[in-house]
Amino acid sequence: MELQVPEADVANRAAAIADRHLLEEGPLLPILHDVQRDFGCVPDTALRVIADKLNLSRAEVHGVMSFYHDFRQEPAGRHVLKICRAEACQSVGGEALAEGVREALGIDWHETTPDGRITLEPVYCLGLCSCAPAAMFDDELHGRLDKAALADIVMEAGR
Amino acid sequence: MTPVIYVPCDAAALAVGANRVVEAIASELSARGITAELVRNGSRGLHWLEPMVEVRFGDRRVAYGPVRPADVPGLFDAGFLEGGAHPLFHGDTEEIPFLKNQTRLTFARCGLTDPLSLDDYGSNGGLIGLRNALAMQPAEIVQQVTDSGLRGRGGAGFPTGIKWNTVLKAPGARKYIVCNADEGDSGTFADRMIMEGDPFVLIEGMTIAGIASGASKGYLYTRSEYPHAIETMQAAIGIARKAGILGQSVLGSNYAFDMDVRVGAGAYVCGEETSLLNSLEGKRGVVRAKPPLPALEGLFGCPTVVNNVLSLASVPVIMDRGADFYRDFGTGRSHGTMPIQLAGNIRHGGLYEAAFGITLGELVNDIGGGTLSGRPVKAVQVGGPLGAYFPPELFDTPFDYEAFAAQDGLIGHAGVVVFDDTADMLSQARFAMEFCAIESCGKCTPCRIGAVRGVEVVDRIAHGDRPEEQIDLLKDLCNTMKLGSLCALGGFTPYPVMSALTHFPQDFTPKPDTLKPLAEAAE
Repeated sequence: MELQVPEADVANRAAAIADRHLLEEGPLLPILHDVQRDFGCVPDTALRVIADKLNLSRAEVHGVMSFYHDFRQEPAGRHVLKICRAEACQSVGGEALAEGVREALGIDWHETTPDGRITLEPVYCLGLCSCAPAAMFDDELHGRLDKAALADIVMEAGR
Repeated sequence: MTPVIYVPCDAAALAVGANRVVEAIASELSARGITAELVRNGSRGLHWLEPMVEVRFGDRRVAYGPVRPADVPGLFDAGFLEGGAHPLFHGDTEEIPFLKNQTRLTFARCGLTDPLSLDDYGSNGGLIGLRNALAMQPAEIVQQVTDSGLRGRGGAGFPTGIKWNTVLKAPGARKYIVCNADEGDSGTFADRMIMEGDPFVLIEGMTIAGIASGASKGYLYTRSEYPHAIETMQAAIGIARKAGILGQSVLGSNYAFDMDVRVGAGAYVCGEETSLLNSLEGKRGVVRAKPPLPALEGLFGCPTVVNNVLSLASVPVIMDRGADFYRDFGTGRSHGTMPIQLAGNIRHGGLYEAAFGITLGELVNDIGGGTLSGRPVKAVQVGGPLGAYFPPELFDTPFDYEAFAAQDGLIGHAGVVVFDDTADMLSQARFAMEFCAIESCGKCTPCRIGAVRGVEVVDRIAHGDRPEEQIDLLKDLCNTMKLGSLCALGGFTPYPVMSALTHFPQDFTPKPDTLKPLAEAAE
């Protein structure tokens, strides 16, 4: 994921991604996923290119992108911490854990620390409900979390 | 014979350190100069024992768990490769009561072997159902599934065979099989376990569905929150293609069937079948009005079977052992087995597959061992965020579609989330409304607006702002949402809210300690 990509480059890379999926049925979500994987978000320039490739209006593509929680208009911080807020995690103190992290980082849900280190996102179920409370730090899953374990994860993000 | 060490690659095991245990075992093996085969299997579903390390030597297979990396040298010292005694030793895996007392039909193979070994799949009863199906006419397959009594395991409980029959008889050159693997309900993980632990059973089930209903293309729609399941399914599909299970000629027959994995993007509502179809088409995941039924006009307007993972994964055993075999399990109009997921504040959490009819109390207290915290059980939410909260007084309710409906609840996807006496049911009711507001697709007013108003009304009750009036208002609102919403999100959110209110009225009193200005609380 690169943060500073020239506009023309974004357009070219987004066009190449779209081309890869053009023969699939209903290709928009796979395209958006790949664009976000490449750029860390779905930049406006890419959105225009995708709309053009799929013969959709920009409003339609924006409408789809903004419907889904996963897609971002701006890149996230260097690390993303997703904490499960659903019932199974609530039943073993998940809310208090999350509250502690928000306080420690000084940010609310969907926000990024001022140094760009961590973005905090809620997630409604990671399917680890028998090993709750659970969280996902970048691509790594964590279950049976407690305050100390979660603090370790947040510390790790500082390095 | 070289001993075989099994360490699960299931996400639940990974989340509690299975990979670090594997590293520790590998380094201990090389340091001690011992030869052993290391296999990453699916999870057996005894999640409180994860990471559960199993060892096969001679004709025995024994379990140790939960194993931390630091325990590994001690296990070697204790001779765990020959079943040596150790505080983490649980004896023969199959004899552990939690596993022994189950009736595993859908999950028969899960956790036994390497999920991506097609040879293991074949030598453990895989592909027999598909071969039987290939020797039958499509209508005969549909009849067998209908006769088995299999009902939709996603929650709606609609007879699977009848759905297939509608698609089989629907006119159309192109038809689809869509597997709903958008398992977003809190307290559920059975779909994930099948995808990660026995992916070929799902491929086999979808292929049989394709042959039976005349569809040649399938999509598995799953969640971005399940990266390991996505990876395993994609790998398994590649292997199945190479082996001629998927492709132009299924196992050399005249039937063609192929499938792809599609990944959602964090929208809970896409677990609703019509919004799932819109999402697959590349649209906003907005619910469609029914009719038309997806079976007649589904994906891209074509006749489409939309089935849950567990429904499709139960098909191979039905085609293998016969309709009667499957039908004979269960009770009333709920036939067969249900993979029940024990979660939340529970001592023995995990996957427990049992015939319908087992009671909620047996599940929570006898099998689950009560709460993890050791405190008394206060409530059990069954069926995910849209399921009702049951108090211990209703623990004699048998696990059965109709019995749960009679208690104003639902079994849903069979997730059971236990709460101890520290839970505040007003907060849980508020969360149900809040969740509905966050995840509403926005198409129908009762859900889109009702959920937001619901949060506000619950907050007013907490603030002691004319609480009796507000409780009446909440009941009225729930009634409107239940009857007026397009889909189960708005329509079922009243279940957790109303059950909390009905069974725990003492929690719906003003809470002086949480008094905040209303505007802030409603955010």
